Amino acid sequence: MIPQRLTSKLLLIGAVFVVAVVLAVVIAPRAISSAQGSETNWQTIAEQRGLTEEDLRAAVMTYTPSGALDPYVMFASGGHSGQMFVIGMPSMRLLRTIAVFTPEPWQGYGYGAGEEVLAGGDINGREVRWADTHHPALSETNGDYDGQWVFINDKANGRIAVIDLRDFETKQIVNNPLYLNDHGGTFVTPNTDYIIEGGQYAQPLGTDFAPLTDYEGSYRGMITFWKFDREAGRIDMSQSFAMELPPYWQDLCDAGKLVSDGWVFCNSINTELATGGIEAGNPPFEAGVSRNTTDFLHIINLNAAIEVYKAGNTVEIEGMQVIPLATAVENNLLYFTPEPRSPHGVDIAPGGDFIVVSGKLDPHVTVYSFQKIMDTIAAGGFETDQYGVPILNYESVLEAQVELGLGPLHTQFGPDGYAYTSLFLDSAVARWSLGAEGYRPQDGWSLISKIPVQYNVGHIAAAEGDTVSPDGNFLVSLNKWSVDRFLSTGPLLPQNFQLIDIGQEGDNLQVLYDMPFTGGEPHYAQIISADKLSAWDVYPEVGWNPLTQSVDPNAVTQGTEGVTRDGSNVTVRMTSVRSHFTPEHVEIQAGDHVTWTITNVERARDATHGFAIPFYGISLSIEPGESITFEFDATEPGVFSWYCTEFCSALHLEMMGYLTIQPE
Amino acid sequence: MSQTKLTAQQTATTSSTRRWLTWLPPVLLIVAAVLLIASIPLPYWGLVLEAPQYPEGLEVRVFVNEMTGDDDPQIDEVQEITGLNHYIGMKPLAEAATFERSIAIPGVIAMVIALGIVAFVRRRWVWLLALPAAVFPLVFLGDLAYWLNDYGQNLDPYAPLSSAIHPFTPTIIGEGIIGQFKTVAYVNTGWYLAVAAAVLVIVALLIRRVGGRATAGE
Repeated sequence: MIPQRLTSKLLLIGAVFVVAVVLAVVIAPRAISSAQGSETNWQTIAEQRGLTEEDLRAAVMTYTPSGALDPYVMFASGGHSGQMFVIGMPSMRLLRTIAVFTPEPWQGYGYGAGEEVLAGGDINGREVRWADTHHPALSETNGDYDGQWVFINDKANGRIAVIDLRDFETKQIVNNPLYLNDHGGTFVTPNTDYIIEGGQYAQPLGTDFAPLTDYEGSYRGMITFWKFDREAGRIDMSQSFAMELPPYWQDLCDAGKLVSDGWVFCNSINTELATGGIEAGNPPFEAGVSRNTTDFLHIINLNAAIEVYKAGNTVEIEGMQVIPLATAVENNLLYFTPEPRSPHGVDIAPGGDFIVVSGKLDPHVTVYSFQKIMDTIAAGGFETDQYGVPILNYESVLEAQVELGLGPLHTQFGPDGYAYTSLFLDSAVARWSLGAEGYRPQDGWSLISKIPVQYNVGHIAAAEGDTVSPDGNFLVSLNKWSVDRFLSTGPLLPQNFQLIDIGQEGDNLQVLYDMPFTGGEPHYAQIISADKLSAWDVYPEVGWNPLTQSVDPNAVTQGTEGVTRDGSNVTVRMTSVRSHFTPEHVEIQAGDHVTWTITNVERARDATHGFAIPFYGISLSIEPGESITFEFDATEPGVFSWYCTEFCSALHLEMMGYLTIQPE
Repeated sequence: MSQTKLTAQQTATTSSTRRWLTWLPPVLLIVAAVLLIASIPLPYWGLVLEAPQYPEGLEVRVFVNEMTGDDDPQIDEVQEITGLNHYIGMKPLAEAATFERSIAIPGVIAMVIALGIVAFVRRRWVWLLALPAAVFPLVFLGDLAYWLNDYGQNLDPYAPLSSAIHPFTPTIIGEGIIGQFKTVAYVNTGWYLAVAAAVLVIVALLIRRVGGRATAGE
């Protein structure tokens, strides 16, 4: 008995041992190889692709897996595309094109809807449907972005647009009746009371003609202060005014903040009053405009200007109230101080206490002290220019000059007392130190480091880098040329948005990512923390009119659809839902005038329906809850099949209908 | 000596038992009535539909008298699911159990009143009035099953997806699959309260029965 038990016990132990060994032999190599595999895998890939440790760091800093969201959002001008572009950072993914001045069919902007907004940009009755957008300005509260609105100018035609960040759609375009171009916009005052629009190439104010030989006498510069009505979400022209300026080609501006709140600073590039004429043996503009060693920084007392405007000391030109230059001088609204020739950027430090000017033909940035400007103005006793504008002594307002390199253009700021300036000729971005108390006194006013960029950098944008509280972390270099950065797609090359890590101190700057940008020439961009934005997922209620941001009384509800006729006026009332329009037949006569309302009754996120009628040029984007009304004259008879242009559902192709127009 | 002592203890126990046998059933019945009333604003049953297009899922909550979506007011899930259902030819959700839903609240109130009567009125057959409350959770699920089956089986044969989705019986509790949707059906707080109420009712009736026998045995 006992030996038998022992035998069976031993057999059992033996069996367990054998099983354990078999398991170990089978599983262990797999476990080891899978551990090794995951390790060698990415290293092998990196090796095969020739990626350095720096590259891998850049990849880790920017790679954003599917479903992960970016911490920053960049609003970039779209240059002569006339649009604005919204880009997530640091992934550099294009999130949205915002149609602004130019019709855009994806958003259904200018093809049946949005006409009313676009028409705001008509100039003297003429349709102008392209623009050269330059400088986006996010709305601010107490000098910090509030994520509610963004504005942008059209340098080519002197217009301003208002975009609502609840739905990222353009709500208003205003045309400046004084000027056909504007470069010095848009910039907002610290609480978005005014949107600043400076002109650029001098012209007679309004639509008057004057020969170039009368440049000094009849050509003028201007700056316009558009009143923004936050409640209405619109610019209020009846509360807006402009100031006449000498024809010095005012270039860029910035609004003062904190200590300098109530003041506005602009630079100018043609104090020479050059009028070109290379063909007549005159110096070309490029030489004539750059002859003097200095131009004038304009210092404008906005608060005092508002008082003068409210007192009615203005003249009306083409419907715009304008403070004449002589009135501005008389009321101490305008001062000049010299600045290095052909300056470009004028950027106010986060504390509002320093004004940084970059003369693009001078290797320095020039820093003016707001306090010294105030002291110098208080001291009085100025020389004046030929238009009688007082000129503040350069030495008495200068705080510092820092030599950075060739072609300094624009400056942005970090949270740590660093400033960043683009160097166009060097194709580099300089990090330098603001030496004042409250910034980086330990480093003094000095150049810290430079990082090459590819190539020809214009503006730069740092995260919230022009507000009272910059974030640092990331900076984007908006490069005009990309040359060899991307695969060739023919002789027209994209620009290059280059993401730079500015999160570390000293000379630790690294280019992280190149994003080809094909919208048009990027000018300025602003970068806002994503958590400040709160866009709607769908329109708040069914029947929403995005122009009024309220339910449209004309919206169609399910069950009340139909086609009605009153003489030759036909009204179509339609709803859309996956996957049909109601009604599906619209039968009318040639010669009818059609008023057609479509309400998208969907509530699901992303359940947008498009609507296109061939030949008649209708292309709508009807987002969930949205109601759109469009009109057209049924001039041509025929059979027109309309359809949904968004692939909305499995039965998207079936989401169509017939518009039949009988001959008269 | 010892026997007398034991008898005294037994007598004490019997009288205290008799006391709680008397007051416990009404208390249980009243608690059951309160639970039933409390269950009215709570969902009895829920269904979550999960699909790639709806990363947050679509949730329908069924109450005794209504169907709603989840707390997120942005999207009306009932309308959304009805919209989706037309692809498979299913009838609109709003048309389901309209009669049952219309009498649900008066019905619950009637059951509550009946429980009150059973609690305080002691007649021979009065306990029958408590039966509806005792079987209510099962009746609810049974009716739900009837309607789910009715909706699942009676699909429009001409619906767009009729060749892919054939008539089916939806699950009452647990997971299922319809098209690209994974469905998760579950009973919710309101139903659990109704079950608790039913258990209390049954316990109360049983106690009363035992108490009745004890009294009769004396």
